[in-house]
Amino acid sequence: MSMIFAIFLPIILAIFIPLLYKKAKRIHTGWFVLIAPLILVVLYALYIPSVMDGKTFSEEMPWIPSLDISLVSYIDGLSLLFSLLITGIGSLVVLYSIFYLDKDKENLGNFYVYLLMFMTAMLGVVQSDHLIGLYFFWELTSISSFLLIGYWYTRDRSRFGALKSMMITVFGGLMMLGGFLLLGIMGETFSIRELISQAATIAEHDLFVWALVLILLGAFTKSAQFPFYVWLPDAMEAPTPVSAYLHSATMVKAGLYLVARLTPIFALSEVWVWLVTGVGILTLFWGSFFAVKQTDLKAILAFSTVSQLGLIMSLLGIGSIAYHVTGDLVTTYTFATFAAIFHLLNHATFKGSLFMIAGIVDHETGTRDIRKLGGLMSLMPISFTIAMIGSLSMAGIPLFNGFLSKEMFLDATLSLQHVGLYSMDTWWILIPIVAWVASVFTFVYSLYFVLHTFRGKHTPELLPKKAHEAPIGMLISPGILATLVIVIFFIPNFVGNTFIKPAVAAIQPSVYALPSDVGFKIKAWHGFDSPALYMTLGIFLVGYLLYKTLPKWSVAYSKMPAKVTLNGIYDWLMMLSESGAKQVSSLYMKGSIRSYLIYIFGAIIILLASTLWIKEAFVISFDNLAPIKFFEVLLSLLIIIGTLTILITKSRLTAIIALGAVGYTVALFFIIFKAPDLALTQLVIETVSVALFLGAFYHLPKLNKHEKGKEDRKFRLTNFLIALGVGVMVSLIAISAHSQKLVPSISEYYKKTVYSEAGGGNIVNVILVDYRGFDTLFEIGVLTIASLGIIGMITLRLAKKKGENKVENK
Amino acid sequence: MEIMMSILIGFLFMAAVYLILSRSLIRIIIGTGLLSHGTHLLLLTMGGLGGKSAPVLADGVTDYADPLPQALILTAIVIAFGVTAFSLVLAYRTYKEVGTDNMELMKGSEDND
Repeated sequence: MSMIFAIFLPIILAIFIPLLYKKAKRIHTGWFVLIAPLILVVLYALYIPSVMDGKTFSEEMPWIPSLDISLVSYIDGLSLLFSLLITGIGSLVVLYSIFYLDKDKENLGNFYVYLLMFMTAMLGVVQSDHLIGLYFFWELTSISSFLLIGYWYTRDRSRFGALKSMMITVFGGLMMLGGFLLLGIMGETFSIRELISQAATIAEHDLFVWALVLILLGAFTKSAQFPFYVWLPDAMEAPTPVSAYLHSATMVKAGLYLVARLTPIFALSEVWVWLVTGVGILTLFWGSFFAVKQTDLKAILAFSTVSQLGLIMSLLGIGSIAYHVTGDLVTTYTFATFAAIFHLLNHATFKGSLFMIAGIVDHETGTRDIRKLGGLMSLMPISFTIAMIGSLSMAGIPLFNGFLSKEMFLDATLSLQHVGLYSMDTWWILIPIVAWVASVFTFVYSLYFVLHTFRGKHTPELLPKKAHEAPIGMLISPGILATLVIVIFFIPNFVGNTFIKPAVAAIQPSVYALPSDVGFKIKAWHGFDSPALYMTLGIFLVGYLLYKTLPKWSVAYSKMPAKVTLNGIYDWLMMLSESGAKQVSSLYMKGSIRSYLIYIFGAIIILLASTLWIKEAFVISFDNLAPIKFFEVLLSLLIIIGTLTILITKSRLTAIIALGAVGYTVALFFIIFKAPDLALTQLVIETVSVALFLGAFYHLPKLNKHEKGKEDRKFRLTNFLIALGVGVMVSLIAISAHSQKLVPSISEYYKKTVYSEAGGGNIVNVILVDYRGFDTLFEIGVLTIASLGIIGMITLRLAKKKGENKVENK
Repeated sequence: MEIMMSILIGFLFMAAVYLILSRSLIRIIIGTGLLSHGTHLLLLTMGGLGGKSAPVLADGVTDYADPLPQALILTAIVIAFGVTAFSLVLAYRTYKEVGTDNMELMKGSEDND
């Protein structure tokens, strides 16, 4: 099967889902949906042997060839591991959802369409070699995740959670797009592989750090890193299969994928090392610290996911130090990358199963509130066993895969002592300490999660439903995952050789040419001289003590102020942007035409004046001027007197007559300046205008009725200043324009050819109807429309009619 | 001459803008009237005022006034007239329907903005 077709297989199936949902009502739609991930998981499994040998596969489908944009599907160790996770966990989640979602009560058509859309998007993200294609699928994951979180759209919390995750991940996505574009500019290509091949030159570029920070913003928002994790706990309003799939195993790992994928480009920068490691460690601690505080099963798991994602992120950061060191140290730090990928796989197994168990508990008891639950062990023994396996793996206890990756994590943090880079030789000690404390909290909440749900006193009166074991179908998927948790512990090196080493070789191509060159072995037992052993023992000991004393110290959480939480800041930012935008627009959108006119005139004055000033454009030249004659001065005085009369008169009639006087004086000007046609038109039109004004004014009120005393003085002063500004600007620009004529007029042509070409003597009229007849045509159109409009306004009385039918309209 | 005309035009613009910024609907329309006078004179002035003879062919005359600005102004006068007539009737109808000619009172309310 074509690799690109494989990516689109789920979304193609999604087209038929509504049809199947409508037509085959007796069969749960999920059974049809299961086809796609099952086919794909087999398909991708077939790639494993070749990828283990270091082969890569690539297929290109042009999309917008003229812009060099294409969909490139590229499979190497890293994208294969993710593709298998997506399709494998996808199959289990679909299977689980078949039993979880009721086929009669839920709108399954929507659910599976969104889910399949998400699956395509996710496969696209991990297989795209083209940055624009990657971004396209990246946003598709955001959109389908938004739809899935808001699946129960009648609930307020669902809509809030969906919106919040959308805002944050799309913000990050857009930042990331910016980073991608910068990368594209620096490398002159959007292909990740080609960018990696010129990593050294890109690192020298001025835009390099910008691209780095923007892309990391995208990765951190998607992977719920500090401080952007806030959307993840609210996304728990989604149906549990969605939480298990998107918010533990796949989508939140897209950011990790991106960091891992771009490590060969960015790891040369110390900013990258510090940001990825630091943010990861901080997120690890923060998530595990606040997970203990939660009372909702899924919220505990959400914070736990945040924390574990931080762990993987910090390991990727430590792994990228390998680009800065030489000799034996290179393998010391690529070990961290190895640990990161191993833990990523382990986390998908145990967190997936834990989410499914939380869903089962919710499904069978009607609540997820840990304070109401307890004593379910004997009622739900299978769920208890699975939950126990998952939790102990999460806590890092031997016999489960979480133990192995946690040991590797502690080793990796301790290995930081060997770096002499960027003051890490002095500060490195903080990282293992924080990691250790975070692991203690992880231990505490893991025990808290499983023991408070399944041990203790059973209180059936608090539960909405009578608790009993889940149907066997619902237990299959978490059962498979829990089995994997144990199996991976016993055959870690098989998993390591098959999945992890090809992925590490893809992240560190400069160190390992082939997956078989990666020489790490995963050991459960490190010997008594291993410091990680004593750290683990310490975690168990302190964690157990803390768990036992939990009721005593957990009250400290409630003492912390609620306002300074990150959720508080998010809410405040949202409120600020809404109310702030409203305030700003109500500040200047007053609804009064005058204020808008003031903005417009003010802008004209400022723009023109500053342009004149900056360009030193004001020129006054006394050449080429017509002489001033007495008669013209007289007419100017007449216009000034007429205008002043309009300005100061209190009578309507005087104003109209003065306007008429100005108009007639303009006509006289036209006569003086040798424009007989203009004078004629002006005289006629002025007469008609004055008549119209008189007709209209007869019905209008007095002129100065709106002026009132003191308050009016400021009003008039503002008006005067604006008016003065406009007048001065017009004069200055007119003078400058006239003083620097650049080219001669084209009128010579008209004067010469008016008789020979057009057969007329009156040049103005020939221009109007012959040379530039189109102007005249549409000017006639204007007059026609104006007269039709006037007729319409006078004869149509829609408002009156509306008044008669007021009841209907309101 | 052109400099003096430029200053006169600036004065007309100033008066027009001052009137347009006032509260009364009538004064605003008068303001637009003055604004079009100013614009027409500006067009004429920028074409140069030195022509000795009207742009109508006549024997023995070579120094015609520039005909092109005149044609433009003629078009502009007619359009300005159409718009003025329309806005006058609009003002009249507004006053009849709304009952005020105070522009500061003609605002959108909270309900219909």
